[in-house]
Amino acid sequence: MKHFMYPKLVASVAVGVALAVSGAFATAHAQKKGGELKFVVPAEPPSFDGHRETTFALIHPIAPFYSTLIRVNPSNPASPTDFVCDLCEGSVPKPTNDGKRFTFKIRKGVKFSDGSTLTAHDVKATFDKITFPVKGVASARKAFFSMVDKISTPDASTLVFDLKYASGAFIPAVAMPYNFVYAKKILDKDMHWYEKNVMGSGPFLWKGRSAGSFIKGSRNPNYYHKGLPYLDGFEAIFAKKQSLRVQAIRGDRAAIEFRGFPPKSRDDLKKALGDKITVQEGDWNCSLIVTPNHKVKPFDNPNVRRALTLAIDRWGGSKYLSRIAIVKTVGGVVFPGHPLAATKEELHKIAGFWPDIKKSRAEARRLLKEAGVPNLKFELHNRGVDQPYKIVGTWMIDQWRQVGITAKQRVQPTGPFYATLRKKKDFDVSIDFNCQSIVNPLLDVSKFISDDISGNQYGNYQDRDLDKMFDKMNRAADPAMQRKIMRDFEKRALDTQANAFVTLWWYRIIPHRSYVKGWKISPSHYLNQDLANVWLDK
Amino acid sequence: MENAVYQYIVKRLFLMIPTLIGAAILVFFLLRLIPGDICELRMAGTGGYFDKEALAICQTELGLDQSIMVQFADFVWGFITFDLGNSMWTGQPIAEEISLRFHLSLQVAIMATLTAIFIAIPLGTISAIKQDTWIDYLVRAFSIAGIAMPSFWLGILIILGLLIGTQAYSGIPWMPPIQFVPIWEDPVHNISQLIWPAVATGYRYSAVATRMTRSTLLEVLREDYVRTARAKGLLEKVIINRHALKNAMLPVVTIFGIEFAFLMGGLVVTEQVFNLNGLGKLFVESVGNHDFTMTQALVMLVVTIFVFTNFIVDIFYAWLDPRIRYN
Repeated sequence: MKHFMYPKLVASVAVGVALAVSGAFATAHAQKKGGELKFVVPAEPPSFDGHRETTFALIHPIAPFYSTLIRVNPSNPASPTDFVCDLCEGSVPKPTNDGKRFTFKIRKGVKFSDGSTLTAHDVKATFDKITFPVKGVASARKAFFSMVDKISTPDASTLVFDLKYASGAFIPAVAMPYNFVYAKKILDKDMHWYEKNVMGSGPFLWKGRSAGSFIKGSRNPNYYHKGLPYLDGFEAIFAKKQSLRVQAIRGDRAAIEFRGFPPKSRDDLKKALGDKITVQEGDWNCSLIVTPNHKVKPFDNPNVRRALTLAIDRWGGSKYLSRIAIVKTVGGVVFPGHPLAATKEELHKIAGFWPDIKKSRAEARRLLKEAGVPNLKFELHNRGVDQPYKIVGTWMIDQWRQVGITAKQRVQPTGPFYATLRKKKDFDVSIDFNCQSIVNPLLDVSKFISDDISGNQYGNYQDRDLDKMFDKMNRAADPAMQRKIMRDFEKRALDTQANAFVTLWWYRIIPHRSYVKGWKISPSHYLNQDLANVWLDK
Repeated sequence: MENAVYQYIVKRLFLMIPTLIGAAILVFFLLRLIPGDICELRMAGTGGYFDKEALAICQTELGLDQSIMVQFADFVWGFITFDLGNSMWTGQPIAEEISLRFHLSLQVAIMATLTAIFIAIPLGTISAIKQDTWIDYLVRAFSIAGIAMPSFWLGILIILGLLIGTQAYSGIPWMPPIQFVPIWEDPVHNISQLIWPAVATGYRYSAVATRMTRSTLLEVLREDYVRTARAKGLLEKVIINRHALKNAMLPVVTIFGIEFAFLMGGLVVTEQVFNLNGLGKLFVESVGNHDFTMTQALVMLVVTIFVFTNFIVDIFYAWLDPRIRYN
């Protein structure tokens, strides 16, 4: 039998490879130029300045107008570690000077949309604005560049970053999609100019905006990646209601929405339109985190916090919740697809991730009893957004009920929700989220370190051991060492101290019109959005 | 008579001032009771790191670090000098942001009002004339359905119906456009987008007016002067059109006036259902974004529209019923 199977298998693989190669070849040569891509965006950006804002609503309509120094590989955006040059030449540079110096050669002949030439001085002015903002200028991601000592330009085509210490978090930070390269001459005159205006060197040129309605771009004929973009233009249409965005794709008023839809919308579109809809799916670099308030009793007791995480059946929940909500993947503190993430076997050793849920819940009951709160009651503070907050919150209340805990959900709109987390702090246990662009685990886990350092940890606790591990990990240049420290960090954060704990990682589902080609899904709705590779098969 | 009317108009204009001041005080202080601020919302994008320095810069830029009384004085002074300032969220001038949306909301309000008038007055009249016949029952059922059905729900049904119907008929699903184009640029695009929300809201709005037309007309038809007109041998058509209907219109006009003002700023959900970039949608977004300056400007705009619409309705009464005196 085995002898019969083997030639068949070889033949099948050979045919498969041949088809794949011919398919890839055909695809590579089949791109059509022209057309306008219409897509829907759930919100309008507050301003046009990428360095200042934090919302994807800025990235989707504005990123196509700008270049960045490096970026995720648009041909392989699903990889969390594949970075390529955009404005730099060749490949992403390797560090020198014991990992503390990165030298980028800047492409020659790149033009801004006003016709002026882009040089290393513009890139330096850009990163100066992000890393060392002058007084009165807001930089939302300044902390991501805390390892940078100085930025210099030996000549007009060379840019050098000198770091205070070698750090694996530097290159991912440079690749963040918000790091739009601005013109130095404009920044020299007015640091706030880019908040209300757009002028970049990206694949598209600014065509216009109608407040609250749309932003339009047209093809940049002088774009430095030759042959790109394929589209004549794009129109980003703002549509707040999710049902309308789904209907817009069904009625072909828009071809795609880049954030992500719940499974039901995917199924509805597929059922209505069949092969006119293509679905791309993948793990999403966003997670919902449960944060007990350590200043409120009995959540100051690590055993009570451990009981809360032990009661949750993540493996079972993933299976059922992924049918109705945008969550799926079970993971620890690191994005599941990243080399620094825990394997399934490693996860099985962490409280709340044990393979045997009965054993886990028995331990939860024991811990609660030991802490003197066998029938614990509390309020779960949550954000008033259905997907996935309220769904996951409701699911967790049911999980806790199974160990004798009674939790009541208090839902608030985003504004009051953050006021409670950051100012009032009058909650028992809250849901929080971490949704990053570039997968940069070394910095993304800052959510778990002490609140006086972190700036985004709302559990009101200090854990100096975690802080030390975080610091050590960020200064370790060796990935193996980083991974080892990460495991210890994870064990302490999620298990022994259970300061806060991850529920499920999000799952990104993009159903789009099948005539949209060239766009590939990435782990984040912030990435691979310059639209240069997108074309329309119409 | 003319002098009395002018005096009345001037008096009413002056009476608007305390109404507007009251509204200004209410909106300013009520908005500040909502927890959270716009800068924190702006930095909530990723749920990840947020820079406290950037937060402080944002609050200073927007004047949120000033005392509440200074902020109130700025707002009142801006209102008096017709300087609405900039939106806290977009940084763009509020007058520009509102004017972009104003003509869309105005057009939808006019179209919905016309739809309501074309439905309500004939149906209400027929219903009154044919009282207690099957026609009357049918019209009453139609209007009760309109009152019971929220216009946003009808809007959702319209969109789904169009998608499913056109796909079943032609194989290609069709839905109304989702971006606004002014009528003078592309009338077909414009009408094919706005006709549906106008029908959805106009129907609900007509339902109230139909019932009001019917009941007031029934009342008027029982008046002595109508009996006298019949005794004189006037044609029924003339009695209804020239004598009864005109007098029955007073409360109906009030309803049209109030509803028109409501439509200018109140199509909050319907605008979202059809993705209409009007004042209602802007209202929801600015409240959600804690954009105080924009919300204050919008509330004051809607209050002004209400006050002026009521004023115009009052003046209109005199034309409809010359017995009304303004002293």
